Amino acid sequence: MADDLVSTLYAPDAGQEPLLALPDVSILKTAPLARLSFRGRNGVLAAASKGFGLDLPVKPLSAETGPDRAAFWLGPDEWLLLAQEDMLSETMEGLATALGDTPHALVDVSHRQDAMLVTGDQAAWLLNSGIPIDLHLEAFPVGMVTRTLFHKAPVMLWRIGPDAFVVEAWGSFIDYVAGLLIEAAQELKAA
Amino acid sequence: MSQSFRTEAGGRIDRDRKVTFSFDGDQLEGYEGDTLASALLANGIHMVGRSFKYHRPRGILTSGSEEPNALVGVYRQGDQTPNLRATQVELYEGLKAISQNRFPSLGFDVGAVNDFLSPLFPAGFYYKTFMWPRSFWDRVYEPIIRAAAGLGKPPKNADHDRYANLYAHCDVLVVGSGPAGLAAALAAAETGARVILCDEQAELGGSLLSETAATIDGKTPVDWVEDAIRTLQAMDNVTLLPRTTAFGYFAQNFVALAERITDHVSEPDPNLPRERLWQLRAKEVVIAAGSIERPMVFPENDRPGIMNAEAGRTYLNRYGVKVGHKALVATACDTAWQAAFDLADAGVEIAAIADLRENPPEALQSIAQARGIRVETACVVTGTTGRKRIDKALLGRVSASGSVASAGDLACDSLLMSGGWTPTVSLYSQSRGKVMWDEAAGAFLPGQHVQNERSAGSSRGLYGLNDVLADGYAAGEEAAKAATGKSAKVTYAVASGAEAGSGGTLGALPDDRDASRVKAFVDYQNDVTAKDVKLAVREGMHSIEHIKRYTTTGMATDQGRLSNMNALAIASKALDKPLTDVGLTTFRQPFTPTTFGTFATSSRGDFFDPVRKTPSHQWATDSDAAFEDVGQWKRAWYFPKAGEDIHAAVARECEVVRNKLGLFDASTLGKIEVVGPDAAEFLERMYTNPWKKLGVGRCRYGLMLNEAGFIIDDGVVGRIAEDRFHVTTTTGGAPSVFATMEDYLQTEWPDLDVWITSTTEQYAVAAVQGPLAREAIAPFVQGIDLSPDAFPHMSVATGTFCGVPCRLFRISFTGEVGFEINVPRRHGEMVWKTLEHEVAKLGGCTYGTETMHVLRAEKGYIIVGQETDGTVTPDDAGMTWAIGKKKHDFVGKRGLQRPDLVADNRKQLVGLLTTDPKVVLEEGAQITESANPAVGTPADGHVTSSYHSPAMGRSIALALVKNGRALEGKTLHVPMPDGSIPVTVTGPVFFDPKGDRLNG
Repeated sequence: MADDLVSTLYAPDAGQEPLLALPDVSILKTAPLARLSFRGRNGVLAAASKGFGLDLPVKPLSAETGPDRAAFWLGPDEWLLLAQEDMLSETMEGLATALGDTPHALVDVSHRQDAMLVTGDQAAWLLNSGIPIDLHLEAFPVGMVTRTLFHKAPVMLWRIGPDAFVVEAWGSFIDYVAGLLIEAAQELKAA
Repeated sequence: MSQSFRTEAGGRIDRDRKVTFSFDGDQLEGYEGDTLASALLANGIHMVGRSFKYHRPRGILTSGSEEPNALVGVYRQGDQTPNLRATQVELYEGLKAISQNRFPSLGFDVGAVNDFLSPLFPAGFYYKTFMWPRSFWDRVYEPIIRAAAGLGKPPKNADHDRYANLYAHCDVLVVGSGPAGLAAALAAAETGARVILCDEQAELGGSLLSETAATIDGKTPVDWVEDAIRTLQAMDNVTLLPRTTAFGYFAQNFVALAERITDHVSEPDPNLPRERLWQLRAKEVVIAAGSIERPMVFPENDRPGIMNAEAGRTYLNRYGVKVGHKALVATACDTAWQAAFDLADAGVEIAAIADLRENPPEALQSIAQARGIRVETACVVTGTTGRKRIDKALLGRVSASGSVASAGDLACDSLLMSGGWTPTVSLYSQSRGKVMWDEAAGAFLPGQHVQNERSAGSSRGLYGLNDVLADGYAAGEEAAKAATGKSAKVTYAVASGAEAGSGGTLGALPDDRDASRVKAFVDYQNDVTAKDVKLAVREGMHSIEHIKRYTTTGMATDQGRLSNMNALAIASKALDKPLTDVGLTTFRQPFTPTTFGTFATSSRGDFFDPVRKTPSHQWATDSDAAFEDVGQWKRAWYFPKAGEDIHAAVARECEVVRNKLGLFDASTLGKIEVVGPDAAEFLERMYTNPWKKLGVGRCRYGLMLNEAGFIIDDGVVGRIAEDRFHVTTTTGGAPSVFATMEDYLQTEWPDLDVWITSTTEQYAVAAVQGPLAREAIAPFVQGIDLSPDAFPHMSVATGTFCGVPCRLFRISFTGEVGFEINVPRRHGEMVWKTLEHEVAKLGGCTYGTETMHVLRAEKGYIIVGQETDGTVTPDDAGMTWAIGKKKHDFVGKRGLQRPDLVADNRKQLVGLLTTDPKVVLEEGAQITESANPAVGTPADGHVTSSYHSPAMGRSIALALVKNGRALEGKTLHVPMPDGSIPVTVTGPVFFDPKGDRLNG
């Protein structure tokens, strides 16, 4: 799952140097995506899933992924939907058509947040320098997604592999999150 | 001479690796594996500091983190860290340490005069002496106390070290790696549980590292430790953390650990942090913190050369150091006898074993006899002599009645003492557990559990190596089972030797000395004597909490781990009350002193708080803008041209906006998308204004109150569709407004079909304001008719701008024609640069927050948080027009009917004009009716905003003034240090009061 999604959804931002490239961990900024915040009651799930082309997950903190899209459970009435950048209008229209008059909220948040890929043997350790939740594989298995805090910045964390994570943060928090990750990773350079 | 007290062999030091270090400038040698304390002792140095109050010579008392005397400063990279315990400072090549609290030198110290003047400094001295006369406090007493107070010198420079943070979780945290801790870790790890084992010392093993009189599974204790550590290291589910102190036990099994990473290294890799804070959530905690030996309280028990017996044994067995050539062992319990035997076997002459007990165990007496050691029973030390080191001990015989008769004296260069053992219950106490007195153990032991923890081994009063090991295994098994539900078959190692001893004493020992002339120390670090505790009781302090604060006993860095029990026993005897009725003070975090760096971790400099930047930030930086912090945001404050100061730049920006146009980055405003069939109903309830009749494509200013009726936020709301609103909030209020809305939706109105989504960072916002604003944006707008009729003031439409999707607002915070262009954030920089070019072409300029403030003040527009302070109602602000009179309800509606909010004489928003138009009032200045009010006259109000207004050609100010609207035309006064400033009250709108310019 992880490899597919990294290549199709969270593609490294073309032409950008990695933010960090150490043998045990690296950080890559990813290319823009279409992101939609979807809110609604349980009754909308079937229509929304049909409109999105992917079942919206109902299990807390879980993700559903398709070849070119993903849906994250973020709350009892809240999902984040991802698609490729150029699919934004199409995706919104698809959902709007399927949902019709069913009460819901669909908001384009494509530009609100940016994502980083944090990968490597020390990825979980590095993230735990600022994220208070337990990232042990049994406690936070591959596929789990959650909103949490990285130090003082709100982030969304999705585990795409045992040693691979996607971290999303609002645009103006990216420097803070990346900067602190790089600062914390400095000790990995010690002989 | 070098290391002349070093044994020939043995110990955990590496004799192949010599280390040179300096102490007070003297070059000395030690070995890798030494602590500074053990290396000093190897060189025959006991005296390492002067005491806090009396400046008495002090030596090394312990071998652990509870050390009260041997506090040193260590130089590193040009700065000095004070008050490190020499017992915890690991030796490294080039270590440079200094003694403290002495002037001019350790050997000759002028402060020592305090010792002779000590009758002048009884307990409670400060409280008594400096009370009177009051006027002396500021100029005389406080400066003197400050100059004399404190231990060590604080570092002068900013800390150049880095500090790391790590959040971690585990099933079982084991604190302490002595026999109980190692056994607990082995047992828990065997079940597959995630185990963290931490120990404050450099090497894991605890007391086993100095235990030579026992075997475990047939191995020496150190061999068993090494095997155990190898076993644990090989397990993926185990993390071993030496040099790591569990310093705080907080709620819900949250334990803070301080890991020291580089302090022991001569030349640390600069990539490494100095220390790491572990913020650890443990399902179960095993506290295996051990116990510490109690000093004996006899006269002059603080001379260098006097040491706890087990510390003397540790220095010998673990570090290969003899504490002296001739040692007297004074004890009230069995364990010190083993110290005497070990020292004797190493060639140290034992002057005698002086046991307080009449009948110490026969077995011990016969071992002593076999070694030819003189034994004195019912014998007590009644004093010592020696200037900078003990040279003689006075002995006394205790009769059955308790009286003491002299039993001569003994020459010695060291004295090892043991008053018994005190379990370390600090972490248990921090976990909010209450200790219980255990008569059999003669100690306070952990009682009921408040959190998921258990103590094991001697920290719960259990002694004897085999029992302690077994207790550790059991605790580890139970903890793992409780955490994971899993168990495993664990084979307990079996120990022989190091059996539990008996004995122990509490409180001051009897003597035959003149009580008024001797000092028997209870708390070494704070220089508290038995006499001080008794005095405190005589003066009415009957609770240990009062005695502690009056005498400062137990307030040193060891939090009384060495002194509490003795102080308690002395107080209990003086009060003639049982010990348990005197109480015990609570142990608090941190267990040992912890650096500020460890608490701060990486939260310093640019990482202290997120620094949020707008899409125009880079351009503004390149254009030499001055920035100001607004919440976490960096906002362009003003854009000075060459030679301009803030006043000149702001005056120019204001004029250009009023006469032509200006460009302003409004991206930081909070934005919330409110969507759903009930969106209008929801806003109707959240804001004072009516929303249901607002047409699609129209905007309205919204005012938000809290339940109490006070203004908490404002912003413009645009209706994008029947069921979709674009809400803006203040920059600083964005997160709290969002949270408040979500709160109401979830708790008050879950029935509403409406959802909110933060879009603050979805959009970059460029505001173009001024008479030429339309001309500037027109070339780039597609799909929106910009003509005043089609797109009047307070309109919103969607279209494209520079080819990217755009929500265009026609709104104004300047009083001029204004547009706010919302584009997806990543297009913000492009749009900004395009507009900047166009605006400049039309003779306009960019402007910052300061100009924005002036322009809106000229129009009397409030800023929430500047004109309001959480006590301002819409009526106070002159904004009742924003309240939907026909509305059934909204948040704050009932609050507004409170009697105090409808009463007369509330402070109201007005304008102020100074008589002298050049005078700009100070924001926050008080306003009074009289020019020279008597001291204590309450102010009638205060200045909320004040600027020089280019449009008005004079200064203007906004103010909240009691009953202000009725005072229009009246003269009030703003009293300032240089004299009172007369002001005339006006309406709050200074410029274009009719608002004609908005509609151009």
